[in-house]
Amino acid sequence: MLMPKPDGQILARRGDIVAALRTMVPHESIIVDEDERRVYESDGLTAYRQLPLIVVLPETKEQVSRVLAYSHQAGVKVVPRGAGTSLSGGALPLADAITLGLGKFNRILEIDFANRCVVAQPGVTNLAITQAVEGEGFYYAPDPSSQIACSIGGNVAENAGGIHCLKYGLTTNNVLGVEMVLITGEIMRFGGKHLDSGGYDLMGLITGSEGLLGVITEVTVRILRSPETARALLIGFPLSEAAGDCVAAVIAAGIIPGSMEMMDRPAIHAAEDFVQAGYPLDVEALLIIELDGPEAEVTDLIKRVEAIARDNGALTLRVSQSEDERQLFWAGRKAAFPAIGRISPDYYCMDGTIPRHKLPVVLNRIRQLSARYGLRVANVFHAGDGNLHPLILYDANQPGELEGAEEFGADILKLCVKVGGVLTGEHGVGVEKRDLMRVMFTEDDLKQQQRVKCAFDPDGLLNPGKVYPTLHRCAELGRVHISRGQTRFPDIPRF
Amino acid sequence: MTEILKPGTPDQLCEAICWAAAKKVSLETFSVGSKRSFGRPVETVYRLDLGVFAGIELYEAKELILTAGAATPLAEIEAALAEKRQRLEFEPPDLGPLLGGPAYRGTIGGAIACNLAGPRRIKAGAARDHVLGFHAVSGRGEAFKSGGRVVKNVTGFDLSKLMAGSFGTLAAMTEITVKVLPAAEETRTVLVMGAGDAAAIAAMGAALGATCDVSGAAHFPALVAAASGVARVAGAGGAVTALRLEGPAPSMEIRVRTLGDLVKKFGALDELRSADSARLWREVRDIAFFAGDGPVWRISVPPATGAQAAACILNEIEGKIFYDWGGGLLWLALESVDDAGHETVRAATAQHGGHATLVRAAAEVRARVPVFEPQPAPLAALTKRVKESFDPLQVLNPGRMVEGV
Repeated sequence: MLMPKPDGQILARRGDIVAALRTMVPHESIIVDEDERRVYESDGLTAYRQLPLIVVLPETKEQVSRVLAYSHQAGVKVVPRGAGTSLSGGALPLADAITLGLGKFNRILEIDFANRCVVAQPGVTNLAITQAVEGEGFYYAPDPSSQIACSIGGNVAENAGGIHCLKYGLTTNNVLGVEMVLITGEIMRFGGKHLDSGGYDLMGLITGSEGLLGVITEVTVRILRSPETARALLIGFPLSEAAGDCVAAVIAAGIIPGSMEMMDRPAIHAAEDFVQAGYPLDVEALLIIELDGPEAEVTDLIKRVEAIARDNGALTLRVSQSEDERQLFWAGRKAAFPAIGRISPDYYCMDGTIPRHKLPVVLNRIRQLSARYGLRVANVFHAGDGNLHPLILYDANQPGELEGAEEFGADILKLCVKVGGVLTGEHGVGVEKRDLMRVMFTEDDLKQQQRVKCAFDPDGLLNPGKVYPTLHRCAELGRVHISRGQTRFPDIPRF
Repeated sequence: MTEILKPGTPDQLCEAICWAAAKKVSLETFSVGSKRSFGRPVETVYRLDLGVFAGIELYEAKELILTAGAATPLAEIEAALAEKRQRLEFEPPDLGPLLGGPAYRGTIGGAIACNLAGPRRIKAGAARDHVLGFHAVSGRGEAFKSGGRVVKNVTGFDLSKLMAGSFGTLAAMTEITVKVLPAAEETRTVLVMGAGDAAAIAAMGAALGATCDVSGAAHFPALVAAASGVARVAGAGGAVTALRLEGPAPSMEIRVRTLGDLVKKFGALDELRSADSARLWREVRDIAFFAGDGPVWRISVPPATGAQAAACILNEIEGKIFYDWGGGLLWLALESVDDAGHETVRAATAQHGGHATLVRAAAEVRARVPVFEPQPAPLAALTKRVKESFDPLQVLNPGRMVEGV
């Protein structure tokens, strides 16, 4: 993975930069020592490491504004960082950049039940929002699996998902307002406690922009009333095709479950060995389908889904009879990643999305690739929304295995795009999938996206080297070349 | 004299926009033009007809996605979806009659470009939440795409959000992929009679904060209720608050009863089923109560402040208001006044938070009064830079939203 070459002049000015920052934020908010900086050298994608130039942990939006305005004026790059749980290297430091951590922004500012929203600082964890409102029977819907640790600001930056996306949407569908500081130091507010806005939907653009457009300093999210009840079905199938057919049939019957999760045989076995959730071991695919909503509705839908599953050749089928049992059904799925960690020294988690009906084709091809690369793979699949997480098992201590895993992963993502899907469903592009962007987008597609970045960050100082494979200068991107249209196109009808 | 350019292919569309850029002339884009009077008036010598980019290209009911040309009529899309018992969950309004034109002519591209959404917005999101991807030609004459054809995707910037609500000022969309969802098996509406505005807001808040899963919450003060085509609403002789439940038939009895128990303290209850229920929500969706030609405002505020915001306005100027989105959306109809009461309306959004859009007014009023909520200077400057990133030479619909953008 090639990152932009560090700027020697910036490295040489490090002392001056630290001195300048000390006039803007408290001394204890600046981390200079190598040992302390090492904490920040990586994020959830631990294969990549880089010591940051300096780490700054501001406490107020005014401090963020001062640091960014200074960086802008002094030409210093900035890598924003939330809780550092990114699985795509979104918060990977640069040798010549300030890592700007928002960890001290850890307060919930307002809980507004009348308007059904919560205003939080960006460092508040995803789960803490639900915990703050669950006493009154509310929750925050998006639930990425790292929800105990990941921050809401990071969720907005990455447009985080989770297992309820088909019914409740991703982060972008649940954010009402964002406060963001631009690289110029300008503090901007988008949205609020109301719905939509009167101008361009810049809040929608910012969500999922991976720290390339600005630094988020406040987030307003909508909260929902917790469903009256939730019940789950645990269904085993002899073939992944049958499980896929069952998912399609549920949707065709007009039912949108709260979540539909699929695991393949290796994932089922690893999870069962780890947490003893009572999963059947003689099936090729396991589905967990959860129905949530008013009690009367759930009771009715459980019966219908049960019938659909039997019609599609379910080998085993259990319906949760209690909250404890429902939690047990989920325990294995939720522990799938650490369970894989027990049977392999390292694993590499992929994140493509595919049209659901392509699942059998994709799983077959993954099996072939697995044999070719000599690396085992386990698959967990958000079956409702088509988001596939193949986990590639490898051992970083074996020469060549990491590289093999990366190549295998890239082949899987190219396959996802080839069958009509996309490179990433919820983990983000970051550095990990940056060089694959051309598989999905043309040069013109990418240039238009980068021009939008130029509208926010004309000098390319925010999180450079992430998302886009080629760094263009904004002046070059902004130039208008009109090579066509000099004639009055006789072909086009005019009236 | 206006000249209309009608490209027949995406390539010709690029040619046409390049030509305009080279000539430094602007283009007003349209397909059927059903919302031409929404936004600031755009005066260009050349108009760009995008009507050829029509037709459903791909509809995969089991994948819950539909790809269509931007100029495909909503009516055609809704008919195709209905065959598979699916729908556009954001409930796009038909603004034709409100804007003085015929009904059912709007296109999917128009609904997205104006980011329109109906009463289900509170539960299902706006148009912007349902666009999965698109193809377009920018004001630079370059064809580009963003997003994809799957419901979960974070690959690159989400430019679909920018297209939604940009009124054609950034790019001319040719193809759009939207998420579709199963239609509800059954719809019922619980009516609460005679609640004042503040009590109605409280009733809607209670309903939306409960587990009943309400998919529409609107309140009609007496004057507006009387204009409904649904006899039980028009004949109520006072204000009516409507709460919609949608879902599988067997659960409906119990849910209606639970919701009724929750809101009965706010007024006497009544219930609408099937045809009447559908008719009432169509009226809300299409703002059917406000036929005519006086100014109409769409005002989005924090839902709990709806009644106060309305009072702020109605204390100053004469008009009719009804509430959608649990109180978060105010529709305001005024008698014709010179400035469409914009200072009063915007004083209310300034006080309570939110924004106001002048959806209907005479062209000369829309040219003079800010149609969209004025932005603070740094945000206005950012907006202009975003416009320039797509359309640096101001080719596409300049001034449709804000002068100079």
